[in-house]
Amino acid sequence: MEKLTDKLFTVKYNEDSGKPHIEIIDQEVCGTKCEGKYCTHFCPAGVYEWNEEQKKTLVSFGNCIECGACSIGCPFDNIVCHSPRGGYGAQFKHG
Amino acid sequence: MADDEKFDAVVVGAGPAGTAAAYTMAKAGLQVALLERGAKPGSKNVMGGILYNHYLEEIVGDSWKEAPLERPIIEERRWIMTSDATIGIDYKNLRNREHPHSYSVLRAKFDAWFAEQAEKVGAVVVPETVVDRLIVKNGRVVGVGTGRGDAVYADAVVICEGIGLGTGLLEKTLINGKPLRRKLRPNEVAMAVKEIMQLDSGLIEERFNCDPGEGCTIECFGDSTLGMSGFMFIYTNRDTLSVGGGALLSEFNATLRSPNDLMEHFKQHPAVKPLLRGAETVEYLAHLIPEGGHRGIPKVYGPGYLICGDAAMLSNPVHREGSNLAMISGKLAGETVVHAKEAGDFSERRLAEYKGKLDHSWIMADMRKYDGAVPLLEHNPQMLTKYPKVADQALDEFFRVDGVSKWQKQSNILKMVRKEGMFRMGWDTLKALWTMK
Repeated sequence: MEKLTDKLFTVKYNEDSGKPHIEIIDQEVCGTKCEGKYCTHFCPAGVYEWNEEQKKTLVSFGNCIECGACSIGCPFDNIVCHSPRGGYGAQFKHG
Repeated sequence: MADDEKFDAVVVGAGPAGTAAAYTMAKAGLQVALLERGAKPGSKNVMGGILYNHYLEEIVGDSWKEAPLERPIIEERRWIMTSDATIGIDYKNLRNREHPHSYSVLRAKFDAWFAEQAEKVGAVVVPETVVDRLIVKNGRVVGVGTGRGDAVYADAVVICEGIGLGTGLLEKTLINGKPLRRKLRPNEVAMAVKEIMQLDSGLIEERFNCDPGEGCTIECFGDSTLGMSGFMFIYTNRDTLSVGGGALLSEFNATLRSPNDLMEHFKQHPAVKPLLRGAETVEYLAHLIPEGGHRGIPKVYGPGYLICGDAAMLSNPVHREGSNLAMISGKLAGETVVHAKEAGDFSERRLAEYKGKLDHSWIMADMRKYDGAVPLLEHNPQMLTKYPKVADQALDEFFRVDGVSKWQKQSNILKMVRKEGMFRMGWDTLKALWTMK
């Protein structure tokens, strides 16, 4: 298995649909200040994707495997990642 | 849980640190609540996968033998890699059969078992509960607020939330205008990923040269992480392999690499690929590892609270130790709260006992010893990029039988080393020895 999308299928999620636990504070910062689009690279679950047409960072929070890297790795402190509500989110079978 | 309950102690997070703290306090007769955000303890918890039974025994005694461990580690392999070669030290110690000191482990199972032990001695384990704030009154932590909107009060709050998701708790709680921990920097944490790959247990034993039920570790440096400071690993479980690794988050940012690309790069290495052949990925995980060294440790206690494990940045990446520092820091915090309860005094001065115990333990000795280790690699990338290549070339010359005399080969190797900067290499070796003295 090589592709990230296939790997993410192996993770069991209890999705809290419609309740995003990740927020981009200011999309303007992503569009104008952030050249590296760092989160689209360092996020191990490919949660972040830069959309050039909409000029915004799209967030697939349902893929999040809850490592917490985004709030430390964003050089502009522009991502807030909370814990999903109790019992929701990724459920590791092996860990 | 009834609204606004009061306990002697409330512990945030049922990982190795939190459960050890809860176990220690409950066993001494304190009323303890152990809050966990996962559906059950372990369902959110990740590590590479080696656990040290000495420390587990220190906490739960003989019942450590019933813990759901995977394989005792009989052999430790360390490989330095270039793109098409590996240089290894393989240390197989057969005395480990009689007295194993480390085991591979899968945290979903282990943490659930460990929390059960805490429950057996009287701790109240409350899963599916996110702690989203610390309640501060008159400059003192007096309890926690949960995601359900209720509050749990306690004389002492032991914070063991890790450094992954939910880090906000320490950063957003202010006492006298100061946060309990400053925001972490990307060069103080490693971004690690892991795959659990299923493989028949007999095949594992054949491929990794293990006797039935026994296991080994392989940790790979150099090209395995594309020269970034970190390492990749393969650990043998019963019928799965834990394959993963990582590097400083700052280095992912500097190179715009993705953790999954690093993972695939490692899995495709010619020395690794045959070991993984036919193994199917059954879970993909990611986790942050504290690598801030001694200088990165926050103040671990204050009015009404104590911080343990990853949340206190306690980990030793040089020896891939973390869960043991977590367990023992949890135990020391637990003992401190027990003494505070006996004295009827939960003042900051009283809770400072925890810091004193930590400072005099092997935990802080190790944290101080390796304080500079991660920055050394961070600032000297040649150690993981250039030097493995020089060693590879020298060994190629040494082992290759090709009509060249051994005198000539020796002189070729010396020339090669001189060309690559003998002085610099000698200096770097001294620097490395000095840093980890």
